[in-house]
Amino acid sequence: MNSIQQLFQKKDKNLLSIFFTAGFPELHGTERIISELGSNGVDFIEVGLPYSDPLADGPTIQHSSSVALKNGMNLDVVFEQLQSLKDKNTTPLVLMGYVNQIIKYGEDAFCQKVIDCGIDTVIIPDLPMVEYETHYKALFAKYGITNVFLITPKTPDERIRKIDELTEGFIYMVASSSITGAKGEISEQQIDYFERIKSMNLKSKLIIGFGISDNTTFTKACEYGNGAIIGSAFIKSLDKDGVEGTAGFVKSIKGE
Amino acid sequence: MKYNPDKNGYYGEFGGAFIPELLYPNVKELEDNYIEIIESESFQKEYKALLKDYVGRPSPLYYANRLSEKYGAHIYLKREDLNHTGAHKVNNTVGQILIAKRLGKTQIIAETGAGQHGVATATVCALMNVECIVFMGEKDIERQAPNVARMKMLGAKVVPATSGSKTLKDATNEAIRYWIQNPETFYLIGSVVGPHPHPDMVARLQAIISEEMKWQLKEKTGKENPDTIIACVGGGSNAAGAFYHYLEDVEVELIAVEAAGLGVNSGESAATSQLGEVGVIHGSKTILMQDEYGQIAEPYSISAGLDYPGVGPLHAFLFDSKRAKFMNATDSEALQAAFELTRLEGIIPALESAHAFAVLPKLELQSDQVVVINLSGRGDKDLQTYIKYLEE
Repeated sequence: MNSIQQLFQKKDKNLLSIFFTAGFPELHGTERIISELGSNGVDFIEVGLPYSDPLADGPTIQHSSSVALKNGMNLDVVFEQLQSLKDKNTTPLVLMGYVNQIIKYGEDAFCQKVIDCGIDTVIIPDLPMVEYETHYKALFAKYGITNVFLITPKTPDERIRKIDELTEGFIYMVASSSITGAKGEISEQQIDYFERIKSMNLKSKLIIGFGISDNTTFTKACEYGNGAIIGSAFIKSLDKDGVEGTAGFVKSIKGE
Repeated sequence: MKYNPDKNGYYGEFGGAFIPELLYPNVKELEDNYIEIIESESFQKEYKALLKDYVGRPSPLYYANRLSEKYGAHIYLKREDLNHTGAHKVNNTVGQILIAKRLGKTQIIAETGAGQHGVATATVCALMNVECIVFMGEKDIERQAPNVARMKMLGAKVVPATSGSKTLKDATNEAIRYWIQNPETFYLIGSVVGPHPHPDMVARLQAIISEEMKWQLKEKTGKENPDTIIACVGGGSNAAGAFYHYLEDVEVELIAVEAAGLGVNSGESAATSQLGEVGVIHGSKTILMQDEYGQIAEPYSISAGLDYPGVGPLHAFLFDSKRAKFMNATDSEALQAAFELTRLEGIIPALESAHAFAVLPKLELQSDQVVVINLSGRGDKDLQTYIKYLEE
């Protein structure tokens, strides 16, 4: 059972996950951000590996990536940071990066490092199902790594069923046809989509992301999924208030 | 054939469709339909009629007398520069707009580097009365002003890409991001790049170049096959078109010329095959320029159309399998070649195409060797650069 599945055993409602880009706003902030998020009751954390060409990300995360890269962030630095906090940190971590980073680092070397950091779950937005099945499934299995699939309002039911079968843990349910950070409220159309997925009674947990930015959208998303992921809104908060603003940000999301 | 992609869109180890899930239905729709559409009688009839009467095809195959004399070989130029809108790009846009129409699409987006593909896209959108948005790097908007004006006159909206190096790579990123947010739109991609089936679709539409070369050479030389074909490669669409019907004819030497910028090892270059490694860019596994952590490099070339850190997956395969020979030319070699062609033949080539001519002095040509150079575009858009060079 992976770290996220263990989490689900303890808690499977109103899960809050927060995304941040490693190396933003400063190179050495990773440990502090993770510790602040964890101590303020975030259930699991997505660590973004900054990438030069993040196709699935909107302007806010793009900006954080380019700042992080300018700060000198790279895979070796982030792995070192994560490894050093491994024994202290109790909040499950999920790594999010683009497939080219994995290929270039060396697929086996990458997987080994992930495991060495105590991480067992990855999200790779540009890794399609067919590539997973033909190659990455076996690779990840070798290291005990779980891949998170995304579904969107356009994903056909049959494909969702297949993704559900391949999933160990949760499905990342993209709330709208958008890149990250877009829009900002939940429409009736989205509710219809949430209802449709809910009625499919999938075995996997559903974590909703894209466009979740405040207590209203978080609460709404939690009515339909097991929890939600917030990315751009937290990056904006980091940009404005720094790491110090983390507690206040998390509280505002939880409506405390 | 060996050079067609397999069912997952791979040429050897290159290709595939590394796309976010949001794009899956759209790409799948195209994948399920493109071959059937392209091979249908109604498409072929409409496509060929437009190529003939609108684009002005067949483009001539011209025996370059003085150039041949200078280099001691029989050099023919495939005159894609004479196409409507001034380059080979229109072969692809005419084809894709007809595919888009058959798929019921009402909005077209495109990326552009030098602006040639943007103009060719805006042109067919005007022709077919379809909304058109072109993404173009901010830096390219500055250095290709005439093409920006053309696109606007044709009714297209030109959106500047302000991320990264502000060139073709970033324009492509922005186009893909827009596509993700608006999955109903048709992404009219300009080269043999992107997720499968885009590289194959574009190659099939540009294949008209080598289809014509076969009968034109037969008429002029008695043989369908030349000894050598030379084409410049950025993403690689004109080269794909010029090579396409000769890929299986291994006795035909294929030479792809990349832009070396200030020199292959100068740090300011776009010679992808020399500097790149295997990776994924714009949805396709190919060879690309990147740093040790897989961050995509910012390439450089004087030519906006070759300023791209990857090559199409077909070309990566041709390079890897050694079916094509990859050479390169620097900015200054390309400029010299452009002036040489202009003075010898009275033809001002596009800077991109000039790179193909720039390798002539590096080849050991035989007196009976038949060489075809794909003259992919004309130089009107590059006059500013040429004038500056003249003054220096």
